[in-house]
Amino acid sequence: MSAINITNVSKIYAGGVEAVKSVSIDIADGEFIVLVGPSGCGKSTLLRMVAGLETISKGTVEIGDRIVNTVEPAERDIAMVFQNYALYPHMTVYDNLAYGVKNRGTPKAEIDARVTEAARMLQLEKYLDRKPRALSGGQRQRVAMGRAIVRKPAAFLFDEPLSNLDAKLRVSMRGEIKQLQKRLGTTSIYVTHDQLEAMTLADRLVVLNGGEIEQIGRPLDVYHSPASTFVASFIGSPAMNLLRANREGNRLHFGSQTLETDRLSTLPTELTIGLRAEDLRIAQAGEQSLTLKIDYVEELGAQRLVHGNVDGKAITAALSPEIELADTIALTIAPSRLHFFDPTTGKRLPRPLDACTSTLPQATMLEPAAG
Amino acid sequence: MTHAPSLSPTSAAPTTAAGFFRRFRSAPSEPHFAKRVQFSSPFLPYFFLAPQMAIIFTFFYWPSVQAIQSSFYLEDPFGFGSTFVGISNYTDVLKSTEYLGIARFTAVFTAVVTFFSLAIGLLLAVKADGVIRGNATYKTLLIWVYAIAPPVAGLMGMMLFDQHIGPLVKFVALFGWDMKVGLNYTDTATAMIIVSIWKQIPYNFIFFLSGLQGIPVSVREAALMDCRSGFRRFRTVILPLLAPTAFFLLIINTTYALFDTFGVIDVMVKDKAANNPITLVYKVYMDGFRGNDLGGSSAQSVILMIIVFVLTIFQFRFIERRVHYS
Amino acid sequence: MQRAKLFDHVILLMGVFIMIGPLVVALMTSSHEAADIHRNGLSILPGGHFVETYQTVLTKQGGFTGKITGLRMMMNSLILGLGFAAGKIILSMLAAYALVYFRFRFATITFWMIFTTLLLPLEVRILPSYEVMNTLHLTNTYTGLIVPLLASATGTFYFRQFFKSIPDELLEAARIDGAGPFKFFIDVIVPLSKTMMAAIFIIMFVYGWNQYLWPTLMTTDESFFTLVRGIKQILLVWVGSNIPDYNEAFALAILAMLPPVMIVMIFQRWFIKGLTESDK
Repeated sequence: MSAINITNVSKIYAGGVEAVKSVSIDIADGEFIVLVGPSGCGKSTLLRMVAGLETISKGTVEIGDRIVNTVEPAERDIAMVFQNYALYPHMTVYDNLAYGVKNRGTPKAEIDARVTEAARMLQLEKYLDRKPRALSGGQRQRVAMGRAIVRKPAAFLFDEPLSNLDAKLRVSMRGEIKQLQKRLGTTSIYVTHDQLEAMTLADRLVVLNGGEIEQIGRPLDVYHSPASTFVASFIGSPAMNLLRANREGNRLHFGSQTLETDRLSTLPTELTIGLRAEDLRIAQAGEQSLTLKIDYVEELGAQRLVHGNVDGKAITAALSPEIELADTIALTIAPSRLHFFDPTTGKRLPRPLDACTSTLPQATMLEPAAG
Repeated sequence: MTHAPSLSPTSAAPTTAAGFFRRFRSAPSEPHFAKRVQFSSPFLPYFFLAPQMAIIFTFFYWPSVQAIQSSFYLEDPFGFGSTFVGISNYTDVLKSTEYLGIARFTAVFTAVVTFFSLAIGLLLAVKADGVIRGNATYKTLLIWVYAIAPPVAGLMGMMLFDQHIGPLVKFVALFGWDMKVGLNYTDTATAMIIVSIWKQIPYNFIFFLSGLQGIPVSVREAALMDCRSGFRRFRTVILPLLAPTAFFLLIINTTYALFDTFGVIDVMVKDKAANNPITLVYKVYMDGFRGNDLGGSSAQSVILMIIVFVLTIFQFRFIERRVHYS
Repeated sequence: MQRAKLFDHVILLMGVFIMIGPLVVALMTSSHEAADIHRNGLSILPGGHFVETYQTVLTKQGGFTGKITGLRMMMNSLILGLGFAAGKIILSMLAAYALVYFRFRFATITFWMIFTTLLLPLEVRILPSYEVMNTLHLTNTYTGLIVPLLASATGTFYFRQFFKSIPDELLEAARIDGAGPFKFFIDVIVPLSKTMMAAIFIIMFVYGWNQYLWPTLMTTDESFFTLVRGIKQILLVWVGSNIPDYNEAFALAILAMLPPVMIVMIFQRWFIKGLTESDK
């Protein structure tokens, strides 16, 4: 078990394409880090550089106190779980589990003990004599996990290990991975494109985009204070609504519609405003609001996703199914729930209201600027 | 989707450049040594490649270069060295009416053999694909002949077309055709062509059948709903989907007819090539080993190399464009 | 509908008759006496001399030098078939392994040098090949019979395709598990290639067994004759004599086709798979 320090790591391919751009992450011993981002964001490349499957173009990777840039994968004291499991199809489950430790010259009794232990932990005892093709998807996934556990590595590396499973199995395996990692206390790096998986598993999230880190933080911090419009739209489902707005004094103009709150004067006049679907609610009579023209509705049971537009700009609101809907509805949001971003850089702007959320006055009603 | 089979060694094996090219092009973005992770070692890859490379150099590149070289020389008949004669070996060959006659026969022979072995192979494959009962048995029985060597097939042909005991000779005699294989040019050619077709049918059958079975059931069902006429369905849906297979087989069959029929011909003309039809490859052999004309034979070899090369490129470039790859 | 099916069967049965008929006739006729065949023509019914014909063919000293028997020819064919198939698999697996799993400087040029061999069949370079064999003193040897036939890239091509279809992650997992190039080859690649090797072995065995032109050039010493090579000798004898030994000729033809036909039949599934799906 050990800490992993990734310092200014870059990956530059032969053609000059920079897949990872000077990324630094310090991972504490026993921490569960999730690298999340859309495909092509460099998350897998980064993981594979830690594993030693890709060369590191610039920067250093330390596992424990050892810089491992030039160390062979087998010598890095890591174990990896692959998306397609990469089980050896011609070996039994037992041999699959044992192969790595066997190659390290571990004594037979020790191998046997470790394999048995891992098989017990993962409920694979009954399947040890089977070949991978005689196993179900979930069982194969467990074997892949077992192969990692048997090695007792300093770190687990997971490369989208659940994406080949069906939705239900994915949820239960997610739980198992989390529990197992907590029990073993092994430092883990987990790559996924699924933000829900990232939120539920991570001690800390690393959101990557275009080879760069957008944000590192605990899942709820990232959710509540996304560092950029990219993170805002990537983390959370449905994605955060992002609208361009002009600020005039304390008024925010969204096209022809306007919201007024206070203490906005420190912000620039051009803004991108972020509104979480679940923060939007139906305006009471007399409250200021935005008029949403409903396009279509998705029923999720506990929730109802209302998709519509405000002056032609798409907005999604998560509302209770009890609320009756008309063709248009008036939506409002607590000022403290507004997110502000710089419209050119996409970076988060500090919320001027943060300091005094408790004393915030109710926004007062305003005539809509136009019909 | 229908995945056309692409390469195959058989008697026609070593010339499957077309299949190779097609496969190679099907993934153009991918470098040909496509593994994300590879070993890097200063000498191991050379160690693994050494045996193959040694053999290729000794038995492929060396003789190929020699063929080209000696095609420009005239060998002294008594073995006292050789003289450089430029392209006169080539002009001699190309001016010879005998050679041009053989070339003409080779072209006809190749076209006829290719056409009929493809057509019969396709017919049998379509029928075998259509019947449910006995499907496996038909398949087994129809592919046996694949395993028979061309000269053995030639021997079987000699037996069936034997002057004295051959049942086929007796059969055509009923129609007043006095067939004299080995004596009459046309009769020998006919027999050679029939045997060569016979030998190649199983190969085409195997590939067409596997191509047909690769067509997804859903596509057939969709066609069933869109089109009432069975023949039309075959022509408009099945046949285009078989096109990659057919294209591949066209090349294989052409090279088969050009080269692999050597055994059939050698057995059937029984060294009496004089008044019998032979192909270009057989002529190379005759001139080189019987006639001891090293320069002329080499020039012919080089001409054949060029023909093969051009044919491959031609078929690849022009025919492939009209073929639907899914 | 029913009539259409019947028609299909008629066509297929005709196909079977054309394909199998000659083989049956050859087998049956070989069990008759030569004089009987000479008198009554070919036969589709078994005669009573099956055992003695085959015994004669297998053991009689024949040929011009009188030192070659059918058994000896059969053994030579077997050596050629097995040697060729085994050689092909070993060479091409190693070469394909290097091409797919290694990064090295001359990879591209090596690749093209190997695959150029697909363009030109042996038949267009027979004479110079023969000269080379003479220079190397390899005529009338098993080495000379087998090794030059290996100078084509078909097998390498097959294995390269197959290796490329093996998921990359397997190599990555193996590297994390501490397997080097040799260990990975032995522990993973070879066992994974078993079916592929079997399929290629069958195809190559048939190909090697059926070689004609090359053995014809390479072997003048009759003790190196293969069955297929011997066919022409059979015919020369047949043509020359008064009452040709039809029965023995047929018996030899049957012997020459029996092993490859049996192999194709028994391993039909692998054989077709190897032939048509070498890319999977």
